[in-house]
Amino acid sequence: MRLITVAGSPSVGKTSVILRASEILRQEGLKVGIAKFDSLSTSDDKLYAQKSFPVAVGLAGALCPDHYFVSNVEDCMAWGQRQELDILISESAGLCNRCSPHIGGVMAVCVVDALAGVHTPKKIGPMLRLADLVVITKGDIVSQVEREVFAYQTRLANPGARALFCNGITGQGAADLARAIHQAPETDVLEGARLRFPMPAAVCPYCVGETAIGETHQRGNVKKMRFNDRSEAA
Amino acid sequence: MNNLAEMPLDSLLTTHPCVADFFGSLGLATANVPHPLATWLEQLPDEAFFDAGMEREQILTHIKRLIDEIQAMGEADNGQVGSLILIGGRDKSGVAENIQLNLRAGEIVCIVGPTGSGKSRLLGDIECLAQGDTPSGRRVLIDGRPPDDERRYTLDRKLVAQLSQNMNFVVDLSVREFIDMHARCRMVADPEAMTGQVIACANDLTGEKFTAEVSVTQLSGGQTRALMIADAALLSASPIVLIDEIENAGVDRKRALELLVTGEKIVLISTHDPLLALRGDRRIVIRNGGIAEIIVTSDLERRNLERIERLDATIMDIRDRLRRGLRIEEDILWTA
Ligand SMILES: Nc1nc2c(ncn2[C@@H]2O[C@H](COP(=O)(O)OP(=O)(O)OP(=O)(O)O)[C@@H](O)[C@H]2O)c(=O)[nH]1
Ligand SMILES: [Mg+2]
Repeated sequence: MRLITVAGSPSVGKTSVILRASEILRQEGLKVGIAKFDSLSTSDDKLYAQKSFPVAVGLAGALCPDHYFVSNVEDCMAWGQRQELDILISESAGLCNRCSPHIGGVMAVCVVDALAGVHTPKKIGPMLRLADLVVITKGDIVSQVEREVFAYQTRLANPGARALFCNGITGQGAADLARAIHQAPETDVLEGARLRFPMPAAVCPYCVGETAIGETHQRGNVKKMRFNDRSEAA
Repeated sequence: MNNLAEMPLDSLLTTHPCVADFFGSLGLATANVPHPLATWLEQLPDEAFFDAGMEREQILTHIKRLIDEIQAMGEADNGQVGSLILIGGRDKSGVAENIQLNLRAGEIVCIVGPTGSGKSRLLGDIECLAQGDTPSGRRVLIDGRPPDDERRYTLDRKLVAQLSQNMNFVVDLSVREFIDMHARCRMVADPEAMTGQVIACANDLTGEKFTAEVSVTQLSGGQTRALMIADAALLSASPIVLIDEIENAGVDRKRALELLVTGEKIVLISTHDPLLALRGDRRIVIRNGGIAEIIVTSDLERRNLERIERLDATIMDIRDRLRRGLRIEEDILWTA
């Protein structure tokens, strides 16, 4: 089985491009299934089920969906194997631009949205920088100039990676994505594999439910802002 | 560049501004560091890497790749394309098109057909340089050969630029800043001069002049179209340009075509406009998702084109007088 991790901020078009590419892969005789990770709720499972793709859903609730992903990805693999999938695609939202589920040796895709503006590639962290393939959506609604500049910025943000435009609505470009997925390495076991970088720290009282505001509650891993009207903070 | 790690950081940053940008985006302060890159990375606290979301080796590899990438972008030839061959596939009912269309640089071909007949599908096939892997089964050859994967995937030097009708500007920049941004990422030698030239050409194409200082989001439909055409002709990396209708009022279509042709581009325009459709040497007729016919413009049609141009000039003149607040009361002579 091939595992593909697809990550991108909310509503960039992950489900749309996964659906377009999966339909092509299915026509080629491959069995594709999707594991969708989100925080509070999702209706993506209905979209996948509507097109008769097997789908598993994980809602992280109070946890970061990417942390939740790592603790559940092996179970997802087992599910995929029980479903006899050829390709298992995980979809997860990079909510904080910092986390991302990319794993060494597993094909990593980051979806970015051209509508978000030409400076976006610079702002997205490891999710984009360490992906193997970058998919740019919504190129249809921005100018040709912005498409070219966005592509350039993407190349600078992740030099050497493959990147392509894919229209999530018409499917234009999805064939290239499908071909890249086809060439992805096989993943049989994940045990022992490593994330491409550590996920953000979560060790302050707010991580475990503190709601009160005030200095006395700021313990553990606390970092303070610096303001330019104050010389070095005390 | 194998001793990248030994380079003093400050000189590295002066020779490679992209590296400075990269550290900026990681939130790492790099001012006045005379030590070699590797030493500096050693000295940074682990926390800095954690915040940046990258490990030391990853940063080092990233910088190597970044410098290589910028160099590759600077060296890449602009991919002049001499010819494009479109090999027919099938229409929506699966009937074979049995057609091969050869286009040369500097040639303009129009695509005609009812709305929904499949003109966009044809533009889409060319845009993705289809290799029998789209629903139409069409194939595109560049200079007589299927484009290699590299060509299909090089994102910012795509072979095909597409100017579509329903585009928006997302950035809020002045026309000058906007074109300048494009010129810089195209790494042209003199971005300021190029920007001036694109804006002058665009103004040449539109009746409603605009300044370089106006915001792109305030341009009218015609001005936007003119700017995008001038940019595609002069600045776009792509040797093939696909245009989805230019009949939008306010663009001098004849001049626009001349401009695109002088850029030695291969231009395909999907259009219902007689002034455009009859000006090309040939036009592709689309029916039921397939290429039904390729019509060579006849002498009779060329003569009619001249008449239509005179009619069009009459209407343009009326429009212009209306704009200036004049009355249109004379007997209009339509005999062309
Ligand atoms: N115009 C245009 N719209 C697109 C494109 N791709 C996706 N969309 C639209 O963008 C919206 C969000 O797409 P989704 O595929 O649901 O995005 P997502 O990333 O899966 O969203 P979440 O899973 O909820 O985070 C939908 O309305 C899509 O129709 C595109 O290429 N062009
Ligand atoms: Mg989704």
